[in-house]
Amino acid sequence: MYRREPPVSMRAWPAALYNNLCVLSVPAPRLTQFALVHGPNVQLLSAASDGLPLFQRQLHAKEGAGLSFPLVTQAYWCVLPFRVLLVLTSQRGIQMYESDGSVMVYWHALDSGDAPPAQALFARGIAASGHYICVGTWSGRVLVFDVPAKGPNIVLSEELDEHRVPITDIAAEPAQGQDCVADMVTADDSGLLCVWKSGPEFKLLTRISGFGTPCPSVRLWQGTVAAGYGDGQIRIFEASSGALHVQINAHARGICALDLAPEAGKLLSGAEDSFVHIWKLSRNPDSGCIEVEHCHAECVTDTQVCGARFCDPRGSSFAVTGYDLAEILRYSCV
Amino acid sequence: MSVRSLPLLFLNLGGEMLYILDQRLRAQNIPADKARKVMNDIITTMFNKKFLEELFKPQELYSRKALRAIYDRLAHCSIMRLNQASMDKLYDLMTMAFKYQVLLCPRPKDVLLVTFNHLDSIKDFIRDSPAIMNQVDETFRQVIEVYGCLSAGEFHLIRQTLLIFFQDMHIRVSIFLKDKIQNSNGRFVLPISGPVPWGTEVPGLIRMFNDKGEEVKRVEFKHGGQYVRAQSEGSFDLYGDRVLTLGTNIYSVSRPVETHVSGASKNSALNTKESTAPNSLAKEELNFLARLMGGMEINKNSGPEPGFRLNLFTTDEEEEHAALTRPEELSYQVINIQAAQDQQRNEELSRIMGEFEVHDQPQQSTSKGDDLLAMMDEL
Repeated sequence: MYRREPPVSMRAWPAALYNNLCVLSVPAPRLTQFALVHGPNVQLLSAASDGLPLFQRQLHAKEGAGLSFPLVTQAYWCVLPFRVLLVLTSQRGIQMYESDGSVMVYWHALDSGDAPPAQALFARGIAASGHYICVGTWSGRVLVFDVPAKGPNIVLSEELDEHRVPITDIAAEPAQGQDCVADMVTADDSGLLCVWKSGPEFKLLTRISGFGTPCPSVRLWQGTVAAGYGDGQIRIFEASSGALHVQINAHARGICALDLAPEAGKLLSGAEDSFVHIWKLSRNPDSGCIEVEHCHAECVTDTQVCGARFCDPRGSSFAVTGYDLAEILRYSCV
Repeated sequence: MSVRSLPLLFLNLGGEMLYILDQRLRAQNIPADKARKVMNDIITTMFNKKFLEELFKPQELYSRKALRAIYDRLAHCSIMRLNQASMDKLYDLMTMAFKYQVLLCPRPKDVLLVTFNHLDSIKDFIRDSPAIMNQVDETFRQVIEVYGCLSAGEFHLIRQTLLIFFQDMHIRVSIFLKDKIQNSNGRFVLPISGPVPWGTEVPGLIRMFNDKGEEVKRVEFKHGGQYVRAQSEGSFDLYGDRVLTLGTNIYSVSRPVETHVSGASKNSALNTKESTAPNSLAKEELNFLARLMGGMEINKNSGPEPGFRLNLFTTDEEEEHAALTRPEELSYQVINIQAAQDQQRNEELSRIMGEFEVHDQPQQSTSKGDDLLAMMDEL
């Protein structure tokens, strides 16, 4: 169903972090941009379909007192109504750039506050919800930034304090209709999921308890939450009620990345067991419950997958990064 | 990122170092009493109370270059000497071995079982010396106390931090290539069969539920691997069956330890900021070294025993050849304090070293700061 395309070579190896790949499609000319984290810096690459990298840039985590080489935890393109910003989270704070990484438009330093001495400090988990950018932190606090249509006047508008342990991932979806269909989901190291409605004041809609294992990656689609866990399971919940609809024994090691192709309802999961799986989500017309079908299994030989993304909204192609792999692997539908 | 990774890194790398040294001491037919003295001296220094106190303080993980200075010091704390080429090879082997163990741990928490395997073996090396055994047991208890109650999320962070430490290393090790656990491109073989980690289900099942929580449909799918259920969980106690074999001694006299130092891969250009200054360490790394080595009580008066040189290669010519042909980007020439230029830094180091003066060590007549600098110049 999917075949290998020419990979994109890189000059560095990705770090073994969660969600370590972000993809931005540039329609004209037909290019795909990739961003991934390699320790203290972020690699930005553009490639056409033949895989030859056309543009490469490196961004560094902003330094500060105490740490000469602060590590970056995540890089993510936030697609907002009027602009696209590239957001980097690190051990020091949050950096926001123009989408090509050329200019930094905003910097927010992390507040170490009342952190206990053995606590690692970092920001992690990035999503765009409407004209807000939400970023997670080590304490579980989620920072909500209000982003104007242009210019650097980005303001921290709210802090969401529902989680108690480090945030792992945040996902958002455009608001649907009047009846409060969920907009955003936040996940943390304990596996707790919180579903929110975005707005000038974010409102907590549902809490879905964890069960002792982190939830490194989460996605939201048409009122369903798809979550990948550190024990290799994927669980799919009804966002409004928190009811569990599907439980998949998907991988033999921890899941590191999930992605969704919204136009087709396809879900992509990548894990440290070196497998990438594609699933099809649908709603049963009679019961209204979510159902899942397995579509495709891909073994990325001898590679612990650390990032996986669809390259287009229909899910006809996807890209994968792995620890110790100096290439971005690409696959597309035959 | 995790500020709790250093003790695990240090103890496991130390354990691997002891396995390799033990094998070489026997392969080179070093007299048993000398070999035992070397092993005992190294283990005593590794488990020194003051040193471990520094080690267990929550702190960032520093670079491979910074850490190598500690092991160089450790390897030379007794009557044994190693040439630069042999020390390079020793460090390469130690780090690739632990990298492999971390990568293949079924669960992030299992890095503790790997640590316990190393500690169990170390206890076996010094089973005839109750005093040292006591120190090791104390450390064992401290590891259990510090790590026993960490959450799965915290272990994931420790694992990620350790893997970042090993990130740009792809040295090929002959014994790994022969055992087919490493490929010729330097990457490790990841099996897709065998038992799943404890607490993980065998992949292949989709269960669907209705709004009332009742299971309504069950579908199996082909996931591609050949996994089976895990039989048992390893023991996290002071004594017990660890089940996991990662971290046990894979070397024996009949299996020589060779490395191929391959720097010729097309992706060897390292892009981290670190690598642009290959001959110096960041100030905080020097401070870290000063603190840690300040706690290392090196017994300078090693008695009338004459020293000997250990060779990690099969012949002296091989060792010499390795020294000449080591690729530039894999050079560990790290500590190069030029007294003239770094006067201020040297003074700072001396001051820091002074804070660690150990009062019950009358035979240490020179200041520790001078010792540290003198030792660094020799590297």
